[in-house]
Amino acid sequence: MNLVRSFLAICVMALCLAEPASAQRDPILVPEVSQHEVQVRQGFVGTELLLFGAILDPSGARAGRDYEIVVVLKGPTGAIRVREKERIGGIWINATTTDFRSAPSFFAVASSAPISEIVDERTAAIYELGLGFIQLSPTGTIDPEEQTKFTEGLVDLRQREGLYKEDMGGVQINEQVLYQARISLPSNVQTGTYTAETFAITRGRVIASAIAEVEVRKVGFERFVEVFSQKQAFFYGLIAVFLSIFMGWMAGRVFAMM
Amino acid sequence: MDVYLPIANLSVNGLVIVLLGMITGVLSGLFGVGGGFLTTPLMIFYGIPPTVAAASASTQVTGASVSGVFAHRRRGGVDYRMGTVMVVGGIFGAGIGAILFRWFQAIGQIDIVINVLYVLMLGTIGSLMLKEALQTMLPAEKGISRSVKKRRHHPLVTALPLRWRFYGSGLYISPLAPLILGIVVGILTMLMGVGGGFILVPAMLYILGMNANVVVGTSLFQILFVTIATTMMHALTTRAIDIVLAVLLLLGSVSGAQIGARIAQVARPEILRLVLSSIVLMVALRMLFGLGFRPDEIFTVVSL
Repeated sequence: MNLVRSFLAICVMALCLAEPASAQRDPILVPEVSQHEVQVRQGFVGTELLLFGAILDPSGARAGRDYEIVVVLKGPTGAIRVREKERIGGIWINATTTDFRSAPSFFAVASSAPISEIVDERTAAIYELGLGFIQLSPTGTIDPEEQTKFTEGLVDLRQREGLYKEDMGGVQINEQVLYQARISLPSNVQTGTYTAETFAITRGRVIASAIAEVEVRKVGFERFVEVFSQKQAFFYGLIAVFLSIFMGWMAGRVFAMM
Repeated sequence: MDVYLPIANLSVNGLVIVLLGMITGVLSGLFGVGGGFLTTPLMIFYGIPPTVAAASASTQVTGASVSGVFAHRRRGGVDYRMGTVMVVGGIFGAGIGAILFRWFQAIGQIDIVINVLYVLMLGTIGSLMLKEALQTMLPAEKGISRSVKKRRHHPLVTALPLRWRFYGSGLYISPLAPLILGIVVGILTMLMGVGGGFILVPAMLYILGMNANVVVGTSLFQILFVTIATTMMHALTTRAIDIVLAVLLLLGSVSGAQIGARIAQVARPEILRLVLSSIVLMVALRMLFGLGFRPDEIFTVVSL
């Protein structure tokens, strides 16, 4: 219910905003996310984010043209090393490696139609529209063929972990005004700031884009455990040891009585 | 029952983990092995990051061996002198293991090294145990009692200088032998995330020639202290111990250990040995498959 109300509020807001900006030709995109903060606590099994909003033409309340919408949700990026196994002397060992300076820990794309039908490859590459166009900043091997191989390996691996995904048709557009997309975050997501970028596309051209942020963080006991294990490593270890000795001893006592 | 693991960064089914702990607990109660050789690969297979799995398994093995040590102590089944020598070697070995772990990690072959070690160790010990179990079982079924094998330690052990008396074990040997054994097991504990009982028990029986009554108790005694040391080392270096995961595993394994100890009192030892050797061989074959035929993943990712 709350969601619906905020959704309506945004539509009203967008209508008000649309009025004075009539000199401009490009439409206005008003994005919103169902949750600006995802709390990771005990029992967290992942969550579903609803990314929604409105597209408005400055001249009128309704954007009369046909729009396609692409939503990209991206997690915090980090430097990683990818290794490839090869069969050498009968056993599979790690042979070649390559480094990526900015691999996102999470990357999900949802669109109202297949990306290849909306934009050309160049535009898709500029705006990172699709798993094939993630800007990973590879270092190390310069050979483009090698790079593609590693990129594909990484994308495939993370896709199976549920961290990278593509949903062609995951965005619904109603009356050329309202759009919504659902993207699920699995429980193994990394904490940090996630950015949800929305693109409005007409005739292969991105005509409006807007960003919303989502903060994913650990709270309560989970946050405490993480900080404690980092800051007080020695005591954390001692607690783990005492806990295991105590539980082993207790079990012995309990079973001895039985 | 979904439980979120704060260090492993993912949510798991708590009951599956408790059950996993229970299986290894039963094994530890039955055979005096920690069961880490089974927990660690199964947890990795379940999707828990390998370092977190190995680190948390060492915590679990501590818990599983505590109640075992108490139980064996009550009936005088621990040779403290022998145990202490092995613990000293074990802690030293864990230190060497930590250095090796870092080095293999740096050159990017740690997972291969772990797999090769698993295949070699489990394969050798599994087949030795299987052979032994079958040999004792076959004549027993024909009704012919096999002549009792004379206890004798490996010739290499007698060659070592300096001799101590180990009353509990009924031995007069050089303390260097158990010390070296302790070091080897300590290295493996750190590298493979196992307690090392599956190496210790046969080594104590066949290499040192210890009195069979004290083998399991002394092995558990050594495992207890060496896993405490490795837990601390993991806490300080890898920071990969997930306390929530460890508690779940402990819940299962401490109760499983008690159940295992009860089964051990009634079951026939040769059947037990046959079961253990088949489990060990199965894990070894699974690892060999990944190493020689098809790895689980061609590409692996580490953060820099």
